[in-house]
Amino acid sequence: MAQPALPPELETWFARRGWQPHPHQRAMLDRANAPCVLLIAPTGGGKTMAGFLPTLADLARAPHAGLHTLYVSPLKALAADIKRNLRTPVDEIGLPIRIEDRTGDTSNTVRKRQRADPPHILLTTPESLALLTSYPDAPRIFAGLKRVIVDEVHALAESKRGDQLFLALARLQTLCPDLRRVGLSATIDRPDDIAALLARHPDPCEIITADPGPDPDISMLETDTPPPWSGGGAAYAIPAVLEQVKQHKTTLIFHNTRAQAEIFFRNLWLANDESLPIGIHHGSLDREQRHRVESAMVRGDLRAIVCTGSLDLGLDWGDVDLVIQVGAPKNVKRLVQRIGRANHRYNAPSKALLVPANRWEIVECVAALQAVRDHDLDGDPRGPGPRDVLCQHILLTAAAGPFDADDLLREVRTVGAFADLSRAEFEACLDFCATGGYALRAYDRWQRLQRRPDGRWHLRDPRAAASIRMNAGTIQDSDRLKVRLRRARGGKPLGEVEESFAATLSAGDTFLIGGRIVRYEGLRELTVEVSRNASRKPRIAVFSGTKFATSTQLSQRILRNLQRNDWPELPAHTLAWLSLQRQMSRLPEPDRLLIESFPHDGRENLCIYGFAGRNAQQTLGLILTKRMEETGLAPMGFVSTDYATLIWGLDAVSDPKPLFDLNGMRDGLDGWLAGNALMKRSFRGAATIAGLIERNSPGKRKSGRQATFSSDILYDTLRKYDPDHLLMQITRQEALRGLVDFGRIQDLLSRVGTRIDLVRTPHVTPFSAPLFLEMGKVSVQSGSAEERLLAEETDALMRQSGLSAM
Amino acid sequence: MNGVQFSLAGAALTALGSGGLWWADQRLLVVSDLHLGKAGRVLRQGGAALPPYETRDTLIRLENDLRMTNAGTVVCLGDSFDDPEAARTLAESDRLWINRLQAGRRWVWIEGNHDPGPMDLGGTHLAELPRPPLVFRHIAQAGQSGEISGHYHPKVRVQTRLRAISRPAFLFDSDRVILPAFGTYTGGLRSTDDVLSTLMRPEARAILTGQTPRMIPMPR
Repeated sequence: MAQPALPPELETWFARRGWQPHPHQRAMLDRANAPCVLLIAPTGGGKTMAGFLPTLADLARAPHAGLHTLYVSPLKALAADIKRNLRTPVDEIGLPIRIEDRTGDTSNTVRKRQRADPPHILLTTPESLALLTSYPDAPRIFAGLKRVIVDEVHALAESKRGDQLFLALARLQTLCPDLRRVGLSATIDRPDDIAALLARHPDPCEIITADPGPDPDISMLETDTPPPWSGGGAAYAIPAVLEQVKQHKTTLIFHNTRAQAEIFFRNLWLANDESLPIGIHHGSLDREQRHRVESAMVRGDLRAIVCTGSLDLGLDWGDVDLVIQVGAPKNVKRLVQRIGRANHRYNAPSKALLVPANRWEIVECVAALQAVRDHDLDGDPRGPGPRDVLCQHILLTAAAGPFDADDLLREVRTVGAFADLSRAEFEACLDFCATGGYALRAYDRWQRLQRRPDGRWHLRDPRAAASIRMNAGTIQDSDRLKVRLRRARGGKPLGEVEESFAATLSAGDTFLIGGRIVRYEGLRELTVEVSRNASRKPRIAVFSGTKFATSTQLSQRILRNLQRNDWPELPAHTLAWLSLQRQMSRLPEPDRLLIESFPHDGRENLCIYGFAGRNAQQTLGLILTKRMEETGLAPMGFVSTDYATLIWGLDAVSDPKPLFDLNGMRDGLDGWLAGNALMKRSFRGAATIAGLIERNSPGKRKSGRQATFSSDILYDTLRKYDPDHLLMQITRQEALRGLVDFGRIQDLLSRVGTRIDLVRTPHVTPFSAPLFLEMGKVSVQSGSAEERLLAEETDALMRQSGLSAM
Repeated sequence: MNGVQFSLAGAALTALGSGGLWWADQRLLVVSDLHLGKAGRVLRQGGAALPPYETRDTLIRLENDLRMTNAGTVVCLGDSFDDPEAARTLAESDRLWINRLQAGRRWVWIEGNHDPGPMDLGGTHLAELPRPPLVFRHIAQAGQSGEISGHYHPKVRVQTRLRAISRPAFLFDSDRVILPAFGTYTGGLRSTDDVLSTLMRPEARAILTGQTPRMIPMPR
């Protein structure tokens, strides 16, 4: 069989290993000259090799000077992993190729050297690539670049990191017009959308779909002990999970949050009588510690790793034969991708177990299993390219050197997400970068970018380039503080906790990090100092981690399931729990609206089961809290899932019907939205990416006197004096993207009519309990609640101190 | 008037929810740390182009207090401008606005650490202003009494049963009052910070600014 696409060295190498290239690997070779190809293949299908084969073939045929192929992945660890996995075949084939990675972890010396003398293959991240393109010598660095491979493109395409990457690719394409693009993706619901983002607009992008292999072997873990009503720890399942670990070679145990991973790891360790080697891995742990776990894993020294999304993406770590997902998988696509971690042998079914943490999650898991069997992948489409990312791109472009606005607009429009960008929108972004873009023209003397007589835009002060680069990136990290063991000269680093968590600690408090209990000793120069402490029950470090929403599709499945009379897939304890809900309250029904009201933890709670999807439930939360504030019910916050909204405040709601009056709902909604915490959060993100707020770099933060002030002040100021400013437009667009058209709420309410059932219970109900654990709580900026709480507390403080007579 | 009353060295004072301090007997209004022109200063020094509305916002709030109190004397306790250049490059409309506010009343600019030199604006420029039994200066001095100062931008955090609430605040004891920053673009220093804990007596109290100003023992 003649295969002219493969040079003899590679053909020999395959033959020597007794391998045949997979059909999709051949297909990638055949299309080596296509401008853009998207490969969709399951993990373990030799996807990475398929991406690199055309590069290796090219380099085997003729030596190449300088950079040949750029590989971009969303994870630093993935870049390091690929370097290792690529080195072996390259050495065995005997190709004289330099392969290097360049990420946030790369030292300055190496980075400088890489700019002066780039390797043949450079493995990097979107952020590092954006930085590379911002240097004046970018044209020289990328001279001769032939191919770019974007790995895990499905994950990147969901976020602003992807938008930034595709803008950087447009830049590269201008520098290297013949650049070929390759995207590697796991199974996705809308391959055409990803292809349109990946390709240079309007180039075509061919999609190659590899054999997806057999369906995964996936089921729910059976335990003797029933799970609790609520809670995310799944401690009840520890013995059963440990039993599974013993029966398999290597098990990955995924959790939805870092805090849950920490608690689970500790419980697993306490029950680990045989001292099986088990590790923990998540994004808040110190780099050294993560590397140790990663290398132990590669050597096959570990029987299990308790982990989070930090291991989510296609790390190719040999012998994993079981994946356990603790907690509801929330969205089916993610579940399928996680399962792909197990059993990396192509054409062998992946084995996975779901461990629901509470009984509601059992109901969710059953629905998720149905969805996997039905190949019903979920996902929401993304809107047009975000303009805050465009602003950052304009600044990074300026950092590389003077540019022509027309050329830049043309280039930006070759990015799929920005193909429809209007000239006016582009100019508003450019004006923002140059002058701040305010209605009040205050800054003409000091504008950041200036149009010089040559017609090109220059940085007014070339030194600004450094600060623009410092601020590059689109990842929104909440401020983190390093945690170290207290020693004479700086003890061992353990990881990071969020600043807001650190602020709640006082000396003597204990918390979990990296699977051990430590005692808080104090804060020194922005480092949390701790000592070892095994005695006391820990508080739990609150890591916000990734927020997952159950997909709309999944929640509709759940509501349909709840109407069933018999439900054999459910364990007896969960059926008993459902009937308890029926007994204490009611089960939600499609043509009625169930509302529960109960006191809990010193607050009054209202739980509305709309099953309208997270976005609509979120909108409902905003509307209802506004109505409650107007009627003096002092709401304080709410949280939404796809099936319900939980609102808490100071007063109980006894008559919900006026709250749901359609005519009243719309009035003043815009004003309420504008003052909402949700908007302020979006503003902070957009303002940071667009370069209005500088990222907090720990070295720069001053201790003592706070020189900085809250971004909320900037938001409030713009709202008052410049409500149509670009950043306000972006903020509204972003916040509203998550909020569904008011029409959906109208539909729900007109369908339900007056069939609103308010059930008052003395305490939390079976169905409402899991909502208390949900991430993404929105606090309501309620004047009335805040004033009443302050009055209460200040009166008490004055009484206690004997000063109230003052 | 929406305020909390207390006395210092025998003078009856009212802490306003805005962050201004009112001495009714003297018809004297004190505000501190206006930091006018901060956005421009940040940009000039290579920072971001912040929304250039903080001067306007600060002056609007000052004007409200003047209307409410009809003060005969205004004392700005220093750091009125973010730096001398900010005072020099003040927009003409803002300059006229300040002139309008000054009309018919005595106006004292106390020197701050940000704006030490004389400014090209009406009013009296002083390092400090003695007005027995009180004395007005920018930075508190240990061992003084009857002292009214600013500089530190104090704020306090109150842990209520459901939520922690942080507000700019006045700090006072039998020797002194430290005013919160009045300017729109100003951060704050927690009252628990060493420098404030050392400066203030153990029995010191704080008055939180806001819709209804409220007094509590100073958190430390």
